Amino acid sequence: MNPKGYKYTQEHEWICPEPGNTGKVGITDYAQSELGDVVFLDLPSPGTQVEQLKKMGEIESVKAVSDLFAPVSGRVLEINQAAIDEPGLVNQDPYGDGWLVRLELSNTSELDALMDSDKYDEFVARLSEEESE
Amino acid sequence: MSHHYLLPDISRPGKIGCTLPQLDVPPSELPSEELLRQELDLPEVSQVEVVRYFTALSKLNYGVDTGFYPLGSCTMKYNPRVHEDIAQLPGFASIHPYQPVESVPGALRLIFELQEYLAEITGMNATSLAPMAGAQGELASILLIKAYHHARGNKLRKKILVPDSSHGTNPATAAMCGFEVDAVSSNNEGDIDLNSLESMMNEEVAAVTLTIPNTLGLFDPQIAEICRLVHERGGLLCGDGANLNSLLGKVKFGDLGIDCVQVNLHKTFSTPHGGGGPGSGPICVKANLADFLPSPLVTKNDSGYIFTTPPKSIGRLGASYGNFGVMVKAYAYIRTLGAEGLKEVSENAVLNANYLKEKLKAYYHLPYDRICMHEVVFSGKKQKAKGVNTLDIAKRLLDYGFHPPTIYFPLVVSEALMTEPTETESKETLDAYIDAMKQIAREADENPEILHTAPHNTPVRRLDEVRAARQLDLRWRIGNQNEAGSFQPPVTES
Repeated sequence: MNPKGYKYTQEHEWICPEPGNTGKVGITDYAQSELGDVVFLDLPSPGTQVEQLKKMGEIESVKAVSDLFAPVSGRVLEINQAAIDEPGLVNQDPYGDGWLVRLELSNTSELDALMDSDKYDEFVARLSEEESE
Repeated sequence: MSHHYLLPDISRPGKIGCTLPQLDVPPSELPSEELLRQELDLPEVSQVEVVRYFTALSKLNYGVDTGFYPLGSCTMKYNPRVHEDIAQLPGFASIHPYQPVESVPGALRLIFELQEYLAEITGMNATSLAPMAGAQGELASILLIKAYHHARGNKLRKKILVPDSSHGTNPATAAMCGFEVDAVSSNNEGDIDLNSLESMMNEEVAAVTLTIPNTLGLFDPQIAEICRLVHERGGLLCGDGANLNSLLGKVKFGDLGIDCVQVNLHKTFSTPHGGGGPGSGPICVKANLADFLPSPLVTKNDSGYIFTTPPKSIGRLGASYGNFGVMVKAYAYIRTLGAEGLKEVSENAVLNANYLKEKLKAYYHLPYDRICMHEVVFSGKKQKAKGVNTLDIAKRLLDYGFHPPTIYFPLVVSEALMTEPTETESKETLDAYIDAMKQIAREADENPEILHTAPHNTPVRRLDEVRAARQLDLRWRIGNQNEAGSFQPPVTES
């Protein structure tokens, strides 16, 4: 189950809005299970401006290198050094210790364009159905 | 079978593997102490131990010469031995890049004729054999496109469009050359989504790269239309000819509207590669791009063959003349087969891939069920639903004595198994592979555990890919012997 209160992109990133127009960002459980074991993270340096749904970094798993997209526009405040040092955290705890980036949102209304947890649950269910067809 | 020891493991003080002749020059002093940082801890082993060690290692090797190798996109076909004989002729093997050009007219003639053959095969006007690998050929193509636009005073074209079914090197090459890369999505048929291309194709786009056929092993029937659209809007079409194996004598890139294309001699024109030899990635271009080709080219004048540099050349890609030995082998291949033979190569490459496709599609999901070219991409979806993933399938194939196909690529197919049988495999070999794949599909139903724990019969079992990637350590140090930590006797056959 994907946590309530988070917002989700079609590219399987989540953002957990926090007070003060900031939010933590990570990838979803579906994303980590599709990627397989994550072995390397390339995250934007703090201070970088990112743009909604534009590439802001890369995630490398044993299978492939995938782009990491910014769920909203804003400035990078902090990156999760623990996950960089131990990328397995992204697999073990994608919504908790495996978070990736903390952003300062430049426009909170951008959150409206993202899916809530119910919509994202449905979205993933649909993808999984297509998968097993 | 085990081979888990290294030479230092069997080193014992005082063992000697060779005898040196008597010293017949005055001994010289050792360098000063500070230059001699530490003792060289070379293994002390006997000659027979060294021979057994390396012979045992060589027996662990797997290659085209030992078995079927359907590694998709890599064209691991058999390389006829006659190429080696010809490449070893002293007139080719013993010449030096710096000897006078007049003394090697035969070598120049070979380069000239190979340039001409490749231009003919690809339907282009000019060829440079300078690039020394497929990726370098791609790099040359994109540099040449950049130079072409700049020469026309157009510096606004900063983007390269790359289909999501292209070779992985395509976006990397464009980025290396300073272009922005945008991916064009595929439609449900596995072809380029024309609407998406139409909306992206503007005056910022320098070129569209097209791998033909694409990495799904499919020939996009819209190519002529794509070329027309891109040309109308001032862009160029950069082909990736790495999959030319399926088109020889059937389709010419030039006829389709492609402006430049790189050709992988080591794949299509059958020279050892992938650890067995270097590559060669010539580029072939239309007349309007010929002035930009990388040097040197060989041209012919009244007095014979000479090296030349095109007037606006993007320059040299290496110190000498490219990988000449590979050119000789590719030339030998073309001359041995002739035009009719080359057509048969592609016919059989396509036939073999379609044979695998038809025989296996009841057992493995086939995302694009249509006639394929030289390779077929299955998906391990059906098996994934039972908890068996594509990696398990690939590892199990090792137990059956086959090199697995390329897995998890292209990315547009989940759990991809990209299979390229090549034309040099017999029906019997294909049938044996088909039987193994069917057996594995049955095992996924009945005994998935055997797949999760595969391989079982190989010198080493399942490797820890995650640890290898996260804690990469390629350096051997005294003391970090094999995990068991003990010397295992050099008995290698069971």
